[in-house]
Amino acid sequence: MTTRTFRDTTVLLGRSLRHVLRSPDTIITTAIMPIAMLLLFVYVFGGAIRAGSQPYVDYLLPGILLITIASGISYTAFRLFLDLKGGIFERFQSMPIARPSVLWAHVLTSLVANLVSLAVVVGVAVLMGFRSQAGLAAWLAVAGILILFTLALTWLAVIAGLSAKTVDGASAFAYPLIFLPFLSSAFVPTDTMPAPVRAFAEHQPVTSIVDAIRALFAQQPVGGAIWVALAWCAGTLVVAYGLAMLAYRRRIA
Amino acid sequence: MTVHVSRLTSKVIGDKTTTADQAPAIRVRGLTKSFKDLEVLRGVDLDVARGSIVALLGSNGAGKTTVVRILATLLRADGGSASVNGFDVSAQAADVRASLSLTGQFAAVDEILTGRENLVLVARLRHLGDPGAVADAMLERFSLTDAGGRRVSEYSGGMRRRLDLAMSLVGEPPVIVLDEPTTGLDPQARLEVWQAVRELAAAGASVLLTTQYLDEAEQLADRIAVLHGGRILVAGTLAELKALLPPATVEYVEKQPTLEDVFLALVGDTSAGRGAGADE
Repeated sequence: MTTRTFRDTTVLLGRSLRHVLRSPDTIITTAIMPIAMLLLFVYVFGGAIRAGSQPYVDYLLPGILLITIASGISYTAFRLFLDLKGGIFERFQSMPIARPSVLWAHVLTSLVANLVSLAVVVGVAVLMGFRSQAGLAAWLAVAGILILFTLALTWLAVIAGLSAKTVDGASAFAYPLIFLPFLSSAFVPTDTMPAPVRAFAEHQPVTSIVDAIRALFAQQPVGGAIWVALAWCAGTLVVAYGLAMLAYRRRIA
Repeated sequence: MTVHVSRLTSKVIGDKTTTADQAPAIRVRGLTKSFKDLEVLRGVDLDVARGSIVALLGSNGAGKTTVVRILATLLRADGGSASVNGFDVSAQAADVRASLSLTGQFAAVDEILTGRENLVLVARLRHLGDPGAVADAMLERFSLTDAGGRRVSEYSGGMRRRLDLAMSLVGEPPVIVLDEPTTGLDPQARLEVWQAVRELAAAGASVLLTTQYLDEAEQLADRIAVLHGGRILVAGTLAELKALLPPATVEYVEKQPTLEDVFLALVGDTSAGRGAGADE
């Protein structure tokens, strides 16, 4: 059964990756907004932001990576919604395939597309002067956190895609997620914020994830931040997956 | 003409290919389904004998699609039983999915892929050997070979429908369910679909098709079941249904061409060569 799930998922993954390849604009638009922010904040606002001794691009990149993911996953909701609307989702569900593979294919497509977008954004950051002495282990840890974050947000996108009534609704849910990094330590340190904002910023998931990634890049001890970050990612993943399964069952008998 | 009209229930009379111990292609008993307060099905009985074409006739909202979705394991019934190819739809859903193929009301094709890629995809998902050859054979059969390399978003409504049908037939499932296969098609595309359905049945498949067009049921079906008010009002052959009314009186009427005849004559009915309805 699991080998069948794996095989069917691979076939369907091939299908939706082909969709991505045929509309490469989805990867470009995913990367372009974070790159624009990177340029804006480093070359316009960055000079006036005091964020410690390191170059501002090094400080900024982790938050930009999270914004990249948050804008990338809305395409999963979009593609899933179109599958449901066009009836091909039902065609797959009425065929003798492992049913969960239909959703997993979309989730893995999101993962692949987001990793490509992230690589593009990191490439641009390197051109802008981003440097890290981090070793292989630290880079793998960063990749692990980003993959976990992508999976968690993608399952949120699956809920949106399954329950949306319109195509705009399917992708609109991502806006608050894109905005969340602004209320965190992603752009500026939290200690200049007014107390209530600061309290929110320091206790929302983005800050811990950004802090953990920043520490890994700077080869500093990650401390407790990484565990808080992992707990947020894993918790969101589990809850989103559960809710997505509920939405899925409501949709399909 | 002597026809039994005394018991117009769903008993199969003229079963062509079955041996006695084989289950009917589709067997539905006392099926009920409500959506919130709305009782859509109130005890539906329906049979499709192997190798036959049965039309489920009903107006919009009669519950035809609900029956179809239950048979395709996309929806759970509230009560009653339904089996496909001898497998129960709720207890043996995986076997049902392996036996049945559904062509829904709207062509469920992947717009971004080409026609051929759509067919290869379905062949892979059905775990067939040599998916490419299966796809090419289907393209040939549905006169789509030239269009096979183009993206489906460029296809006409009729081509899309043919591709949709072709995708449903990949792997030759023994039971085929078509939900309003010709709704929204132009007359030529409709004749093409009819021809495809006839070929299916000739090749031994069992077909259940829903339609709101009376002439479609008349043209295609071995048996017709009328779904109304959540129940099957009557089921039987066309002759049996006709016998329900008083015997026909003979009248002489001048035969005027229908607009469809005129239209098809004007546009040079390209599908007539495929043998579809050239005699209508």
